[in-house]
Amino acid sequence: MKSLAELQAIKERMKDKVILREGVNATRVVVGMATCGIAAGARPVLNTFVEEVNALGLMETVTVSQTGCIGLCQYEPIVEIYESGKEKVTYVKVDAEKAKRIANEHLKGGKVVNEYTIGANQ
Amino acid sequence: MIRAHVLICGGTGCTSSGSASIQKAFAENIEAFGLSDEVKLVQTGCFGLCELGPVVIVYPDGTFYSRVTVDDVKEIVEEHLLKGRKVDRLVYDETGDNAPEIEGNVALSDTVFYKSQNRVVLRNCGVINPESIDEYIAMDGYAALGKVLTEMTPEQVIQVVKDSGLRGRGGGGFPTGLKWSLAAPNKADQKYVVCNADEGDPGAFMDRSVLEGDPHCLVEAMIIAGYAIGATKGYVYVRAEYPIAVERLQKAIDDAREYGLLGKDIFGSGFDFDLFIRLGAGAFVCGEETALMTSIEGNRGEPRPRPPYPAVKGLFGKPTVENNVETFANIPQIILKGADWFASMGTEKSKGTKVFALGGKIAHTGLVEIAMGTTLRHIIDEIGGGIPNGKKFKAAQTGGPSGGCIPAHLIDTPVDYDNLTAIGCMMGSGGLIVMDEDNCMVDMAKFFLEFTVDESCGKCTPCRVGTKRLLEMLDKITSGKGTLEDIDRLEELCYYIKANSLCGLGQTAPNPVLSTLNFFRDEYIAHVVDKKCPAGVCKDLLKFVIDKDKCIGCGLCAKNCPANAITKTDYIAPGHKLASYTIDTDKCVKCGVCIDNCKFKAISKI
Repeated sequence: MKSLAELQAIKERMKDKVILREGVNATRVVVGMATCGIAAGARPVLNTFVEEVNALGLMETVTVSQTGCIGLCQYEPIVEIYESGKEKVTYVKVDAEKAKRIANEHLKGGKVVNEYTIGANQ
Repeated sequence: MIRAHVLICGGTGCTSSGSASIQKAFAENIEAFGLSDEVKLVQTGCFGLCELGPVVIVYPDGTFYSRVTVDDVKEIVEEHLLKGRKVDRLVYDETGDNAPEIEGNVALSDTVFYKSQNRVVLRNCGVINPESIDEYIAMDGYAALGKVLTEMTPEQVIQVVKDSGLRGRGGGGFPTGLKWSLAAPNKADQKYVVCNADEGDPGAFMDRSVLEGDPHCLVEAMIIAGYAIGATKGYVYVRAEYPIAVERLQKAIDDAREYGLLGKDIFGSGFDFDLFIRLGAGAFVCGEETALMTSIEGNRGEPRPRPPYPAVKGLFGKPTVENNVETFANIPQIILKGADWFASMGTEKSKGTKVFALGGKIAHTGLVEIAMGTTLRHIIDEIGGGIPNGKKFKAAQTGGPSGGCIPAHLIDTPVDYDNLTAIGCMMGSGGLIVMDEDNCMVDMAKFFLEFTVDESCGKCTPCRVGTKRLLEMLDKITSGKGTLEDIDRLEELCYYIKANSLCGLGQTAPNPVLSTLNFFRDEYIAHVVDKKCPAGVCKDLLKFVIDKDKCIGCGLCAKNCPANAITKTDYIAPGHKLASYTIDTDKCVKCGVCIDNCKFKAISKI
């Protein structure tokens, strides 16, 4: 290695790969992944969130994880977003397309996508 | 896209309880459930909670699974990784085995075991894959080296280490910066940096865990030391009994060489440094610095008198700096975060943290790192989870066969170099063996003496002959043949050996005897005057007896006695139907099987 820049380049490249281990971040995206959720298509939703969070460079502030059955099986796939100091937002009947929009508008832009929330779907 | 990491401990403790087959089972199940693109499997170094191994951590949740078996793996993959439901029955529940299950998630950093720790040396252990140089770099690895080589002069590096107050972690506590500054000005065609990884104390595994969990940290620190003192070659002397450590360190050296972090013109600075491993055959004396260097040179590992000190005439007769693994492991962080940061931890004369290997009568056998000045009570009761089975704490041995014991009434002593020395103990390299009321202190001293008698290299008479005579006296005392004069002679010989031995091995070998004589003289006296072992350990002083009125005559003891020492009597206790039994003390081998088998607590040791 002949320069600090080379070292820095490796560090940048690797950072995304180890950041998961720094623990839970301020914002948490939780995807319902019980049998009902998986059957309704939660898997592509989860994967879309992981991809979008990385693509948008939000790895340091947003943690994507799963949870079991929330109890509202008819609304699955359900995604809940917890932000410190804010009320929990629950999105229902999410698919990959909706997940992408939620990631961009809510996680990145800070604006809740009202039409997908449980309130708008009852 | 990877969304979860599964970290599996690949330290020696977890490896011996089967973590390799667990890793294999994870790989198979992750594949079977089609999660290969989403879940990454990482083998790491020691997490510290060896008692609860094999340990598996799942991120991003930070769920801590303990005592995982191969049969559990499918459930973890299916429930947790696929469906997002933690497998509660395997989640570590803070207080050991008997606590009620805790709902939901216990983050690792929230547990009492980790919360009270201050992980500087162990910061990457259990976090990164020790075989990946890239992961080490991601955690600021080699940044300190970059800073040193591009921004600092060797004098500045030594000054930072001096200002930090770092002292040798191998046991002696010599100021590291001072050691470096003594070697730096000595002119020679070749100078050396040597790492002492010959960890030999029974029950100590701190250095082993650093080598296994974060080997690049040592490589980086040794290059920095080389730059500071003007050395271009380094040797790591590590015992061959540490195969995982040797393998990972060799891979780290190879990878660093490939990246040009070892070799010529590192970071374009014009500075050259290369590093080599030398395997030791496990002689305790080779942990002594002059014996270690003699061994690296290819000779029989024997110490030589100092001066000349290694800083002047060390390895191959050249100026040499020798430090222990843990000492080196502090260096990169000191460079990056500054001397003030390091000096802000610890006590007035002992800065930073210390790693301890907890063993003996303690709930959480394992590896902990605490700020200097933490009390022994905190280490044992809080982090260590206390003494199992409701027993009472009696003493803790620090410094292994060279150290001494800290008795119960001094449990609130803040642990640092000077406090431990003041009570006739020593910091040592970090082995901490906890003893409860069932341990006999004379027997403990005898155990360590047996070790030093075996390990004495034989070069000087006080150590070779003296320790042997000490052991004979202890044998005499524990077998009930000792006299009060023996205790006085024992003490006198201890001081003689300390004053006249050539190297640290002999000079410290009597410490376990002196320290137990100091704090537990009453136990020695009980052995010679009352012919009793208060803890019920020394077999020659024990008698097994059956309380004839408690014995119901079931005969289980007689059936299980390997020496056929138990026979039926004619006596039938009031209220019982069968005749009681008795033990023939001449035939009894004092194995204790009868006590274990008696359901009526009718047998006791007196």
